[in-house]
Amino acid sequence: MSVTTRRTRLAAAALAAITAIGGLAACGNDDDKPAAGEKPAKLVVDTFGEMGYDELVKQYEKDTGIKVELRKTAQLAEYRPKLVRYLATGKGAADVTALEEGILNEFKPNARNWADLAPLVSDHSKDYLPWKWELGKAPDGRLIGLPTDVGSLAVCYRKDLFQAAGLPTERDQVSALWPDWKGFHDAGLKYKQGSGGKAFIDSITAVSNGVMFQGNGDLFYDKEDNIIADTSPAVKNAWDTATSMADISAKAQTWSPEWSGGFKQGTFAATFCPSWMLGIVSDNSGPANKGKWDVASVPGGGGNWGGSWLAVPAQSKYPQEAAKLAEYLTNAKSQVEAFKLKGPLPTNLEALKNDAFVSYTNEYFSNAPTGKIFGESVAKIQPTHLGPKHQAIKENALEPALRAFESGQADKAKAWEQFTKDAKTQGAF
Amino acid sequence: MSLSATTAPPSPAAPPSPDVPSRLRRGRLLNRLDVKYSPYLYIAPFFVIFGAFGLYPMVRTAWMSLHDWDMIGDHSFIGFDNYTRLFSDEYFWNALVNTFGIFALSTIPQLLLALFLANLLNRTFLRGKTFFRMAIFMPNVVSVAAVAIVFGMLFQREFGLFNWLLSFVGVDAVDWDGQRWSSWMAISSMVNWRWTGYNTLILLAGMQAIPKDLYEAAAIDGASQWRQFWQITLPMLKPTFIFVVILSTIGGMQLFTEPLLFANGNILGGNQRQFQTLAMYMYEMGIQNLNTAGYGAAVAWAIFMIIVVVSLFNFLLVRRSAK
Repeated sequence: MSVTTRRTRLAAAALAAITAIGGLAACGNDDDKPAAGEKPAKLVVDTFGEMGYDELVKQYEKDTGIKVELRKTAQLAEYRPKLVRYLATGKGAADVTALEEGILNEFKPNARNWADLAPLVSDHSKDYLPWKWELGKAPDGRLIGLPTDVGSLAVCYRKDLFQAAGLPTERDQVSALWPDWKGFHDAGLKYKQGSGGKAFIDSITAVSNGVMFQGNGDLFYDKEDNIIADTSPAVKNAWDTATSMADISAKAQTWSPEWSGGFKQGTFAATFCPSWMLGIVSDNSGPANKGKWDVASVPGGGGNWGGSWLAVPAQSKYPQEAAKLAEYLTNAKSQVEAFKLKGPLPTNLEALKNDAFVSYTNEYFSNAPTGKIFGESVAKIQPTHLGPKHQAIKENALEPALRAFESGQADKAKAWEQFTKDAKTQGAF
Repeated sequence: MSLSATTAPPSPAAPPSPDVPSRLRRGRLLNRLDVKYSPYLYIAPFFVIFGAFGLYPMVRTAWMSLHDWDMIGDHSFIGFDNYTRLFSDEYFWNALVNTFGIFALSTIPQLLLALFLANLLNRTFLRGKTFFRMAIFMPNVVSVAAVAIVFGMLFQREFGLFNWLLSFVGVDAVDWDGQRWSSWMAISSMVNWRWTGYNTLILLAGMQAIPKDLYEAAAIDGASQWRQFWQITLPMLKPTFIFVVILSTIGGMQLFTEPLLFANGNILGGNQRQFQTLAMYMYEMGIQNLNTAGYGAAVAWAIFMIIVVVSLFNFLLVRRSAK
């Protein structure tokens, strides 16, 4: 879900600057608080991208008689500054607000901005993927987000290029090539040899992403939210695995022109695919390459990249009713409906078992059973504690250092030094 | 209000009323008020808008810079701590060096080229003057985002035009955004492309304001074109030149969009911040990182002070050298 968004981050970044500055004129809400238990005439829902709620809110209006206004923002890069403005001025936020993984993590240190949902809805702690449910909690333990969708993680690969390099092409055989990351690297080396030195994957940052989520213990923070980025074994493991892949990488930074151009040019034969990436891969590869791509499982079995939650801002006048609406939008039935409409992957355990989801295949990707592959991938993730500035450390410390190493700007020791130093400054809160 | 009172024509048919003197006195008073205060009213719109969108944000930023400010959380007064922190902040100095490096790489060649072009366009024998003047200004009309995206493609590592051209002379593909010198060059080329024409036109306007008889007198005395340029054009161009230099300084110190788009929207400006400018660092600290908004405000004020100092320095330098 996160990411139709980051593609046009380019132009949107400039726009974000302007909207952030233009934030003086927040729309004025009348401040009279309604009496407790009073039924609201209207609830507002803020979403970004396509979450597939169009039909669901109509049904909710019919069932409850409460009007629901769905405010959609196409780009995450435009959505975030708006949210920050609502929170900074205390005005204008919707009653139910969709929070993407990165935004949620970033907002967690100021959990007071969000209503604690635990007392407002029934106990759902056993209904969702356990790791996803845990991430919806703030450091102080309050529940601020109900799980909507996940990105999951798989490997997209080019069958024609695999064949030319003498690798198997059947998706089960391909998955069997890499039960672990070592196997993945070996397959990459084999491809490099068979193809006359061509790169196997797009870049190494996706590798670190995948490894970290497989749950080998605390990452950048320990359970008390002290920064342990430089000593954490899980981070070191992700770092070593990622850096070991540099010799099979095309060194094309995700979202860069080299990267998007690489799909058509075949500069790499495999890339890491969350579910929302499938559309981007097919757009970048073009109709000419239809049927050449396929989807295999990720090394180590499980992984995730992206996904969202629904939260209720503390400034909402109807937290009780808003929480009920969020609960409705994230229940098993709704998640299946949303999946059928726009394709976000369910997180509700019951929805994940639904036939419509499990039997789903993707035509562009040689009819790969993506529903099954992605569903299995997220089921294997272990709950991991992410500290308050996890996202900032990952994006502004770990990934730049990995890229600096990958492109030869720094050797391994220098790059590690850069990472640990930046992790400390980025992680301060 | 006072306007309608003074301009309304007196109705000739009106019967003389007993309170004429008082009405006259009132009219005179309004007239005086009109003369005294209306001018302020006329210029008020500018000052109101400047106050709301120029002065207020500046004062507010100064206020924020004295706080430990979380955009969506608490803030507490910490005095000048943010400013003292600036001095030991490695990334602030890094951004400062980058900004000045790109500024030097873009402004100096740009102004020299603009001077050359303006002198060329000022020649009397040149045909199709209007066409050339328009053509030279065109790059400035193009949106900066479009420029940055096109240049970003030209400077691509794998499929970029420049690397393709370099391959003909046997130079290996340059990872343009990977190193400091190459990224600076790429960014300054965008700035130069966009602003050379603009500066040319301003310098040209300055040249045309120089009286022709000076040149005629010099020509009669046997001065060459070259000598005329050095001894008439340049000294007479001094005020225009100061203006152009200060404008370029302000633009150069605030450089933001070009390097940001060159980095594919990444605010760090390269994996090792090779081309993160001051304005980008301000954005990173003040707007992107929610909990360092106060520090970002201090960076903003630092940029302001640097612009003032550099402009003053330029002003003194240009004034002295032109003497």
